[in-house]
Amino acid sequence: MKHLLGIEGLGRDDIEHLLDLTDSFVEVSRRRVPKVPALQGRTVTWLFYEDSTRTRLSFEQAAKRLSADTLSFSVSSSAVNKGESLRDTVETIEAMGVDAIVVRHRSAGVPHQITKWVSGSVINAGDGWHEHPTQALLDCYTMREHLGGIDGLRIAVVGDVKHSRVARSDAWAFTELGAEVTLVAPPTLLPPSLDGWPVAVSHDLDAVLPKVDVVYLLRMQRERMTEALVPSLREYTARYGLTRSRVDLLGDKAIVMHPGPMNRGIEIAADVADLPRSVVTDQVRNGVAVRMAVLFELLGSGGER
Amino acid sequence: MKSVLIRGGRVVDAGGERAADVAVEDGRIAAVVADGSEPSADVVLDAGGCVVAPGLVDLHAHLRQPGREEAETVETGARAAALGGFTCVLAMPNTDPPVDSAGVAREVLELGRDACCEVHTSAAITVGRQGAQLTPMAELAALGVRFFTDDGNGVQDGRLMRRALEYARGLGVTLAQHCEDAVLAAGGAMHEGAWSSRLGLPGQPAEAEELMVMRDIALARLTGGRVHFQHLSTRRSVDLVAAAKAEGLPVSCEATPHHFTLTDESCASYDPAFKVNPPLRPADDVAAVRAGLAGGVIDCIATDHAPHPQEDKEQPFDQAPPGMLGLETALALALTHLGLPIVDLLALLSWRPAALLGVGDRHGGPIEAGRPANLSVIDPAATWTVDPSALASRSRNTPYAGMTLTGRVRHTLLAGEPVVVDGEAQR
Repeated sequence: MKHLLGIEGLGRDDIEHLLDLTDSFVEVSRRRVPKVPALQGRTVTWLFYEDSTRTRLSFEQAAKRLSADTLSFSVSSSAVNKGESLRDTVETIEAMGVDAIVVRHRSAGVPHQITKWVSGSVINAGDGWHEHPTQALLDCYTMREHLGGIDGLRIAVVGDVKHSRVARSDAWAFTELGAEVTLVAPPTLLPPSLDGWPVAVSHDLDAVLPKVDVVYLLRMQRERMTEALVPSLREYTARYGLTRSRVDLLGDKAIVMHPGPMNRGIEIAADVADLPRSVVTDQVRNGVAVRMAVLFELLGSGGER
Repeated sequence: MKSVLIRGGRVVDAGGERAADVAVEDGRIAAVVADGSEPSADVVLDAGGCVVAPGLVDLHAHLRQPGREEAETVETGARAAALGGFTCVLAMPNTDPPVDSAGVAREVLELGRDACCEVHTSAAITVGRQGAQLTPMAELAALGVRFFTDDGNGVQDGRLMRRALEYARGLGVTLAQHCEDAVLAAGGAMHEGAWSSRLGLPGQPAEAEELMVMRDIALARLTGGRVHFQHLSTRRSVDLVAAAKAEGLPVSCEATPHHFTLTDESCASYDPAFKVNPPLRPADDVAAVRAGLAGGVIDCIATDHAPHPQEDKEQPFDQAPPGMLGLETALALALTHLGLPIVDLLALLSWRPAALLGVGDRHGGPIEAGRPANLSVIDPAATWTVDPSALASRSRNTPYAGMTLTGRVRHTLLAGEPVVVDGEAQR
């Protein structure tokens, strides 16, 4: 694997290989000194055109635990604000000698475009509404950890699927690994066409909850109201929010997931977020190990762990 | 002026085809001789294996001058046109400043005077293409402007479009409409459908085009004004125009090579070379455009040649400007992909657009003694691979890079002068 641009197109074997690799990095993370020299001498850089705290910190932590050198590129204080083009920025970074560029951009497809201009690896850390592959991998890993496996799981992905890169990556990953996925949202928050998506659709969260092993909540953004996609956040919460009373519809072992950052009181009630069945902090913790696995897979051939 | 003999070709015009040599003198066709003639002219052009056709006419070319000379100039665009077999192009008015006054129209016409093909200009329907106030259409029509369009923008305001059509009817000019409901299409970077959903790109629905086609057909009925629908791209748009024509309304339409060759699946590369307005559509729409071209509903092929500098097309897909080059590939794409007899292709590329533009006295044939010698000599069997760096356009944004096409222009004559000889521009 040279780049990680998306989950779509990866096979089951590819995904499982990365999850298996993650196991060994989880083990590393538990050590007293959670650091290995696997990527010594390799340089990883972040190119984040969109604000992100958790994903960026998670990648940084992953790279450091692998002993990679890291270069941080802050878009807001860079030449980009002086009008430098994407290509010039990327080629400038490349010229400094980097082995991987981790890119986040608000436009779909930017990681694909960048691959044409660099010789190193490109890792998609979120592109527009398109994909966020490492999020899907850490979600899969977390499910495997809590529920033993993904094959045969019934998963509801609830909320603004239309504008969600997480939902797209998750839908491909979960179904590729054998889960049954139901997208739950008002029609305005679903993609205009689901042709070719191996998923079911529902507009009725209450009917779906009793049947699922995982309820995966997406972040609801306030600006969606101004686009006439939902009448109000209040109405959204009333129909699609995971309230305390709705949690009682879930089976005993069902877990609650969220990619963060959560809007408590909107897509997830505050007291639900803090229930034991909510595994949000496990997702964040596993994110580091998953990203170590991805960096190692792309850069680490020949390195020792 | 040198005399020219086009020798050994197959002459094709609306009247049919025959093997003949074409002698040109003083800018006009002097003789069309069936039997091998003596090569007594100053210049003898070999047309062996070629079709000798009336020059092609493009109703939709963005020549970018004034204002965007880094993308194209009238000179470079006209050269690209001649290499593509065109002897007449209609420049679009979305320049900077736009062609919304007699002064800018005169500038474009002046720039075209010594170009490789005859350059006409359209003018905007509204001042600044802002959709609010009519341009001085009578003054512009007096300069020879026959087509008015806010191309790039559709005229959104139905009342304004009605008035424009009524006013245009009084001048005998045509309103060419870029059909796109701006609100419904807002933010859409590609066709809304299965591919946009998958790629996470904002889409614009086919209905954004179709609703405006529908409205303007109604307004043509109301006003009697003549509407030309630009770059139709959906099955329902074609059906709507077919019904309007059956009703006898004064409407015509065009389709572009990219809308009969490429689908929205191309956008999966995220290469902004495939970003265009109206967007590339699914295969069923492409099939409908082809059927419309074959069946006569669509009057002509127009290129929508839209040059953009490389740096603009290296932006993220949703931010890059829409548009692709077309002049140098249109004929070859039609020959390669439409599977129509050459005479039908030439109807779409030459005499029908010539008649719509009102230049049928000079362009579009017939090829007979006394007519102005605007001719294109086409080798329909020549295969070539599209190399962006070899194009004459100042820009490189072709979606066909690396594609092998069949059919190429060997010579082009503009008013009797060979402006392209053996595939090389002469000026």
